[in-house]
Amino acid sequence: MVDKSLELFDCGHRACGGCGPAMLARLMLKATGENVIVVASTGCMEVFSTPYPETAWKVPWIHSLFENAAAVASGIEASLKHNNRTEKVVCICGDGATFDIGMLCISGAFERGHDITYICYDNEAYMNTGIQRSGATPYDASTTTTPAGRMSTGNALPKKDLPQILNAHGASYVATASVAYPMDVMKKVEKAINTPGACYIQVHTPCSTGWGFDGAKTIEIGKQAIECGLWVNYEMENGELKKAKKILRTPVDDYLKAQKRFRHLFKPERNAEEIAKIQAIADANAAKYNIDIKLKE
Amino acid sequence: MEGSHAVAEAAKLCRPEVVSAYPITPQTHIVERLAEMVADGELDAEYLCVDSELSALSVCLGSSAAGSRVYSATSSQGLMLMAEVVFNVAGMRQPIIMSIANRALGAPLSIWNDQQDSLSLRDSGWFQLYGEDVQEMTDQHFIAYKAAERHDVLLPGFVCFDGFILSHTYEPVDIPTQEEIDAYLPPYVPYNKLDAKSPLSMGMYATPDYYMEFRYETDLAMQRAGNAISEVGKEFGEMFGRDYSMHTESYRMDDADVAFVALGSICGTVKDAIDEMRADGIKAGLVKIRTYRPFPAKEIAHALAGVPKVAVLEKNISLGTSMKGIVGLEVKDALTGTGIDVYSYVVGLGGRDIRKKDIRAIAALAEKGEGNMFYGLRTELL
Repeated sequence: MVDKSLELFDCGHRACGGCGPAMLARLMLKATGENVIVVASTGCMEVFSTPYPETAWKVPWIHSLFENAAAVASGIEASLKHNNRTEKVVCICGDGATFDIGMLCISGAFERGHDITYICYDNEAYMNTGIQRSGATPYDASTTTTPAGRMSTGNALPKKDLPQILNAHGASYVATASVAYPMDVMKKVEKAINTPGACYIQVHTPCSTGWGFDGAKTIEIGKQAIECGLWVNYEMENGELKKAKKILRTPVDDYLKAQKRFRHLFKPERNAEEIAKIQAIADANAAKYNIDIKLKE
Repeated sequence: MEGSHAVAEAAKLCRPEVVSAYPITPQTHIVERLAEMVADGELDAEYLCVDSELSALSVCLGSSAAGSRVYSATSSQGLMLMAEVVFNVAGMRQPIIMSIANRALGAPLSIWNDQQDSLSLRDSGWFQLYGEDVQEMTDQHFIAYKAAERHDVLLPGFVCFDGFILSHTYEPVDIPTQEEIDAYLPPYVPYNKLDAKSPLSMGMYATPDYYMEFRYETDLAMQRAGNAISEVGKEFGEMFGRDYSMHTESYRMDDADVAFVALGSICGTVKDAIDEMRADGIKAGLVKIRTYRPFPAKEIAHALAGVPKVAVLEKNISLGTSMKGIVGLEVKDALTGTGIDVYSYVVGLGGRDIRKKDIRAIAALAEKGEGNMFYGLRTELL
């Protein structure tokens, strides 16, 4: 067992107040302990945690490019294997690096089945470059490249189902988590690093700057996403759905209303048609993962 | 032995711990042979079949950062796809050696030889060696690893050789024994590596207050790479009888009226053409460039001192420049102030044959002061 009191992600980094990804970095390292090598993609976390000559990482850490973390991790794992070394290899990459530009390298790494854990900090857009849409951006979110306007209600495409894509690669363990549930995050990271083969964890990491909410409410927003069914925490082992967090589901309205990226859906009045589409996404999630305890009246 | 197989033997003798590459013509025979060696237990390495060249070199970067000696090979489009990683590896100072079976770049698609691919990455921070024949390109792999891994260098390197012309040609070649290479090339000792016992951050970002100094230091390392290549090339000569202490090789340069400058396999044809020209009273010579990066400007200036006309044979095109050739620009720079006329001749692009009579015709053009041009165009197609 690793000593969870260790703080291996140091304070003093440049993340925004209430940064979801920064919380994840801290939790992740509590779960891995010191015997780890971290591979980062280009992105918010890389930039806020490693401005030369300072670093927040008290474990070995490497960043190469935006799109190649999974391949770099594959190479590290091959080297460790060849030399009988015991460090765990963990990627920590944003959703743009994961859902979009990094897909090729990720697909290769998962196909080869390296003993790595790939963690995606999913804040649902390219935040480092200024809140542009990624394949992880939810339907109707207003981003700087899918702005809501007279002819648009924001991002016109649904969020890509990456966990299922990696599950289809034969990943030994695939899970979703949320920084709103820190113990669950640590438990899943610990499970992934101790599961042989390529494992994937996608963690919902609310971004106060990109989503438009008060940085004190990161956990609250994360919980709301789970409670309305727009984010589902689940685990898949060897291709089978094992566990999904059951909830008393609330309508999606409160979660949407709390964030500037969905504000256009309520102005000048509630856009019932669009919100119904988003509700349908939550309903489909609930049915797919069987998460409903019962619907609130 | 086939050129590619000789390269594979050389790579094996260097004992890479990780080999990662992606199939691309005309490099494939190298990595196919290495895969056989791993499958047969001749080579104890992790062999990763990857999804793309982007991953191939990224895998090598990761393994190198973790402390392993690594090997890859590519050509042409593959090198272009990995270009972002190519620059990154140099900036991260990982001494990775990669063989380049030189091939033209599309469009139009061409699998045949020229040197546009590696020459286009001349500013990437990898040193570049070019072999004239199978023996030389084989030997250059040992030299490349030994130079790259020196702690005063720590830069990656390309070993370049002409696709098909060398990669698929059978020549007699002296392959050293494992004991000999073990004596020449000791195990890789990284300057630093990813290690949980001694954590460090690699590949951090640099603000304008820090970035330039990184580039400056890398340039200094590249200059030191020149000395290192020369020193380990000399050492190689002492052990194996083939001396590579010079970055260039001069052929019949005494009293030459016209000197060719070239890289790679074309030098063999040029040497034969020179012999014939000399027999006919035309005083021609050749300066072959073996180390193209770092560019051996002083050595080239010395070798060409006093030659009135220099004809640079370019298997590349720097589109939109007045000289047209990449190498000619640098040769001209090396000869600044000497009054020597330097001309580029773009030849052999996309695998077009270059014959002895072409070399002779180019010498005549240089004598007349006509150059900075394509040579050998099929004018009926234009």
